[in-house]
Amino acid sequence: MERLTFDLATTPLRELNTFLHNDAKAGKTSQVTVLNPDGAHNIAVGLDCPIAVDVVGHAGYYAGGMNKSATVTITGSAGTGVGENMMSGKVHVKGFASNGAGASAHGGLLVIEGDAGLRCGISLKGGDIVVGGSVGSFSAFMAQAGRMVICGNAGDALGDSLYEAVLYVKGSVKSLGADAQYEPMSEADIAAVASLLDQAGLDHDPKSFKRIASKRSLYHWNADANQEY
Amino acid sequence: METKPVQFKNLSREESYGYDRKTLDYIRNAAAHGLYEIRGMGAKRKLPNFDDLVFLGASMSRYPLEGYREKCITKTLLGTRFAKKPIELEIPITIAGMSFGALSANVKESLGLAATEMGTSTTTGDGGMTQEERRSSKTLIYQCLPSRYGFNPDDLRKADAIEVVIGQGAKPGGGGMLLGQKVNPRVAKMRTLPEGVDQRSACRHPDWTGPDDLAIKIQELREITDWEKPIYVKVGATRTFNDVKLAVHSGADVVVVDGMQGGTAATQTCFIEHVGIPTLAAVRQAVNALEDLDMKGKVQLIVSGGIRTGADVAKALAMGADAVAIGQGVLVALGCNGETYFQNGAHHEAIADYNALGTAPGFCHHCHTGKCPVGITTQDAILEQRLSPAVGAKHLKNYLKTLNMELTTIARACGKQNVHHLEPEDLVALTIEAAAMAGVPLAGTNWIPGRGF
Repeated sequence: MERLTFDLATTPLRELNTFLHNDAKAGKTSQVTVLNPDGAHNIAVGLDCPIAVDVVGHAGYYAGGMNKSATVTITGSAGTGVGENMMSGKVHVKGFASNGAGASAHGGLLVIEGDAGLRCGISLKGGDIVVGGSVGSFSAFMAQAGRMVICGNAGDALGDSLYEAVLYVKGSVKSLGADAQYEPMSEADIAAVASLLDQAGLDHDPKSFKRIASKRSLYHWNADANQEY
Repeated sequence: METKPVQFKNLSREESYGYDRKTLDYIRNAAAHGLYEIRGMGAKRKLPNFDDLVFLGASMSRYPLEGYREKCITKTLLGTRFAKKPIELEIPITIAGMSFGALSANVKESLGLAATEMGTSTTTGDGGMTQEERRSSKTLIYQCLPSRYGFNPDDLRKADAIEVVIGQGAKPGGGGMLLGQKVNPRVAKMRTLPEGVDQRSACRHPDWTGPDDLAIKIQELREITDWEKPIYVKVGATRTFNDVKLAVHSGADVVVVDGMQGGTAATQTCFIEHVGIPTLAAVRQAVNALEDLDMKGKVQLIVSGGIRTGADVAKALAMGADAVAIGQGVLVALGCNGETYFQNGAHHEAIADYNALGTAPGFCHHCHTGKCPVGITTQDAILEQRLSPAVGAKHLKNYLKTLNMELTTIARACGKQNVHHLEPEDLVALTIEAAAMAGVPLAGTNWIPGRGF
């Protein structure tokens, strides 16, 4: 099928997104190239079909936001909230990502080859995130489900108030957040990391990662709540 | 403003004002449990409110309309600024956002059925959209909350409008709570949480941090829905003048301002009673902000937080609101705090269930426990059957109908053919506090405190 090209230097963003929501979903094409994104916000948001969108350059906020089924590749860096609330499919950032990457993603795979900023994977709800570089502070804050693989280092308060999401870190962790703890890597963990690295196209030894998960001590309001003297 | 009746026969039985029995009870509870009180409903303390205002009905200087015969329009348009498909309602009284989780699925369905019959809207809540409420609601507003529990693009596309919730009147600056008793398997699955955890919602959105970011976030929601749906921004009332201006700057079609009397299903009592400003003060600030920006009528204002009666609705509209949203009043119409519930064609006593919670009808604020004696704020398989969608819808429809009749009665008495023509000049205040907050004169004077003599 023909590859269509949208040049954002001459075409309004709304035209691109409307095409992706309607014509692309109706099967008009399966491959779209976006030229001159020039940091525009909200590129390829709310996609709902298995289309491949290649963004050639840097994207602004929320690139690939709320993605379902599509594969959005950004050959450049991405602004705040890349792949936020993704349901399925894949968002792949070849460069760096800013704050809140993959925030509240319910599914799908977010790959960031470079570093990610603050709060990467915040409120994660089932999606997978693989970061080739390091992540900033408060990453995986209140992450509920899903997995994060961090090939570099992590900043302060990693996994603060974690629920059931699981984090794997290769490098150093500046500090763990409240209720996060290191746990031993099982065979299943090693296999999971290997599979995610493979899907991300990154080459690391899965055995060199540490596992971080919730202590579950914040699951109930106050263990002493019903004390009586 | 408040004077407590201190009744004692002799000085040896004088109750302390500062350390009254309520305060003693509070301190003893704190000492026994080491935990703050969490409860439902809104602020209980006495606050300046709409009861402190009265209308100047028509007389010699104004001409009234015939109470029952002459037409009085209640149609209400929301979201006319950017959205291709604004919301058109038959009445300016909407149902406030309350979550499935806080409320049972039956209740959510009741709200939808009644709202649809009355031509108004319902709103989802933390935890996402249920099929029951989408099916039963002709016009459904989909909330985008900090937690993003259950938030997904499919439901976003199914919604008629989107409400970005920044805060709530009962707890501006705080996130929601849902205690473990209410996190049953269905609620847990919708929110991607382990069953039975005491759920703490985030108080900040995960992917934006300030009004400039919010402008981009709103643009994202518009792009995803192809600029069709109105976008509301809901704020808890605090620095309302500035917050409303920033909401408009961020691109809101509609601003929702929720005062401190607004309810909650579970929040710390200290938060409910001590954070936020009364609805009366918030409405004036919100309207001033819109007028300051020349956006009155372009960006619509919905007011909530302690709207109970048709008179409250009329006063909010006269002060400049385009519509109101009601939460607690709606629950009371469904039977909240009632002595009985109606099941299988008969009324049944619920007193024993209130007693088991340590309370009684008329005082209950135990929404957080999930043990609602009348089956409203519960996820319990047996308790939730105490309110059927059809019975709840009938009561709620009657309540909304009554409010609307009261609203039009007042509007006609003030000589208005359209409830949206009610204006601040139709109002005066009974107390200095209310006059200052609402920005209307003290009755019988031209004096608005703070605006000179």
